[in-house]
Amino acid sequence: MTLDKAKRGDEIEIIHINDARIRAQAIRLGISEGARMLCSEKVPAGPIILKNRMQEVAIGRKIAHMIKVERVG
Amino acid sequence: MSSPKTVKTEDVVPEGAPRLVLAGNPNVGKSVFFNALTGMYVDVSNFPGTTVEISRGKFRNYLVEDTPGVYGVSSFNDEETVARDIILEADVILNVVDAVHMHRDLFLTQQMIDMGKKLIVALNQMDEAEKNGIRIDVQKLSDMLGVPVIGTMAVKNIGISDVIDKIEEASQGNRLPGMEEMLKPYVEKGLTEAEALMILEDDSEICKRKNMSPAGSQEELYKRRRARVDEIISAVVAESNDKASFSVKLGRLMLKPFPGIPMLLVTLFAVFMFVGVFMGQTVVELTEEKIMAGLYQPFVTNLIGKIIPIDSFFGQLLAGEFGLLTMTPVYILGLLLPLVVGFYLMLSILEDSGYLPRIAVLSDRMMNRVGLNGRAIIPTILAFGCFTAATMTTRLLGSKRERVIATALLGLTIPCSAQLGIIAGILASMGLPYILFYIFVLVLLFGLVGKLLNKVLPGESSSLLIDLPAIRLPGIRNVLKKTFVKTKIFLKDATPLFALGAVIITLLRYFGILEAIQDAIAPLTVSWLNLPKEMATVFIMGMIRRDFGAAGLSSIALTKSQMMTALITITLFVPCIASVIVIFKERTKGEAVLIWMGSLVTAFVVGGLVSKFLMLFPAG
Repeated sequence: MTLDKAKRGDEIEIIHINDARIRAQAIRLGISEGARMLCSEKVPAGPIILKNRMQEVAIGRKIAHMIKVERVG
Repeated sequence: MSSPKTVKTEDVVPEGAPRLVLAGNPNVGKSVFFNALTGMYVDVSNFPGTTVEISRGKFRNYLVEDTPGVYGVSSFNDEETVARDIILEADVILNVVDAVHMHRDLFLTQQMIDMGKKLIVALNQMDEAEKNGIRIDVQKLSDMLGVPVIGTMAVKNIGISDVIDKIEEASQGNRLPGMEEMLKPYVEKGLTEAEALMILEDDSEICKRKNMSPAGSQEELYKRRRARVDEIISAVVAESNDKASFSVKLGRLMLKPFPGIPMLLVTLFAVFMFVGVFMGQTVVELTEEKIMAGLYQPFVTNLIGKIIPIDSFFGQLLAGEFGLLTMTPVYILGLLLPLVVGFYLMLSILEDSGYLPRIAVLSDRMMNRVGLNGRAIIPTILAFGCFTAATMTTRLLGSKRERVIATALLGLTIPCSAQLGIIAGILASMGLPYILFYIFVLVLLFGLVGKLLNKVLPGESSSLLIDLPAIRLPGIRNVLKKTFVKTKIFLKDATPLFALGAVIITLLRYFGILEAIQDAIAPLTVSWLNLPKEMATVFIMGMIRRDFGAAGLSSIALTKSQMMTALITITLFVPCIASVIVIFKERTKGEAVLIWMGSLVTAFVVGGLVSKFLMLFPAG
């Protein structure tokens, strides 16, 4: 599934980010392919907040749609 | 107020002095270290060709340079290219790392180590890490990175002197395996190791500068670096996940629709009360009316009048109603300065507290509908202050189309603070239904015009991808410094625009062109907008200064419906002449003409529709 389908509280694993530029920017913030993160918040129809340890990143819906993830817990 | 002294660093630091560069992610507390290192010799200026401000100073025999906070050395935006160019030239780097966000911050650290730079790490916010149940083996971190690491709590002034004492111990760290071999071919061609790394990581600007093609290994290196950082973190960090400090909890609450949205509304209301009411009315009354218009203007007019007659061309140019020495300084110092100081003060507090990115997250959905993303909230807030400041800030938006949409939308639908004061006064006397109607029309137009531009403009808008920093109490010194620097830069950029505007208006008036325009649009005013002919004058005045236009309204007898039509038309009507000039400066000529003409046409079309609509209710 894509990240925009994730629900609040989902543990997900990043499978693939379908845009080279976004991939490079995301990896610096700790969102790399293979990383396991928590979908800690989902603003209604708005951005998705991914959390890894103390690190939180807000991802707009359009980018979230380009990120393939898998639910892991 | 502790304003930084502007001493040119060239005067105090010998040329060729070794460069000590402060680097780190955004909001990690670099400025505290910078202030501790440099003391009073600080020189703040824009990095050439950008709006990015850079501080320079002196420490021992070093030239100290601050850099904008970045997540890595590359060129995704203006801040990054500025930071990259300074880091490339560094002899020693003091890297400030946020202990709570090491997972993010060490990517930059490892990248600078890979560059072969001498590094010392200040591991800041150790107290905040502890509060969140994070324990860090600092010695092990130092061993793994291969550079000195010192734990600090900068805001409490703990550990800073240790860092300063150990600057000389900065060393080259442990690079990713095989890094030397990858850099070698480029170093043999005469590049520094740091430049070579940029070529390996496909940095297009450095490739162009060195006339080389990108090596195509960015992705591979980023992946390996990320893996290395993950490995370090697993080895040095022990955390018990159940602890969360108050600021972390607060940060989470801010993003929930409830109580996040009520909190946002309260914040915006507080900002409005401070800037719009306190600065915009109480302070401006003193600075504009009492000091500038009451004391300064008569003095200057009198003085100039003794040398040349005020009625003559040059008399008008210098000290006429729109003179260079009369209207220009009265407007800029009396009216704009307090407003802009107020807005930048609020913006700096929102930024340093970590709240601004959360506002961007909450408003992202609304902004998406008009082809922008949450980051556009920053120019939007500023537009309520001064449109020229907002237009300059649109540079931070991700793409050209977003900058065009933001410029057009803000210029059209957001009344600037100068106008807002007068409009709010008139609306208040008209009653609640009229206030709501006014807001409704503007919000509707914001949405419709934004949607339309989003449809017709080619390309695609960038989407939100931002890091959420920790919520914390902003440091007063840093907030004041930011406000001071931003205001200074705004005055430097905007003053020539207002002066040029004043000259243009004086010319138009002196040669009777202004009256000709008034006569030309009179039929439109009377038959389409149903307003008295004299309203044309108010519209023209609105072009000179939006608030002049609005102020002229009170001198003409109008029914409530006519007043509403006039208020809406004037809000939408071309921004003031300085704004028009800044649009031409920031956008291409074609775009600027379209934006300008577009807002003219929109103002009259919407004004006419409002007039026809209100005629359906004969009571008004």
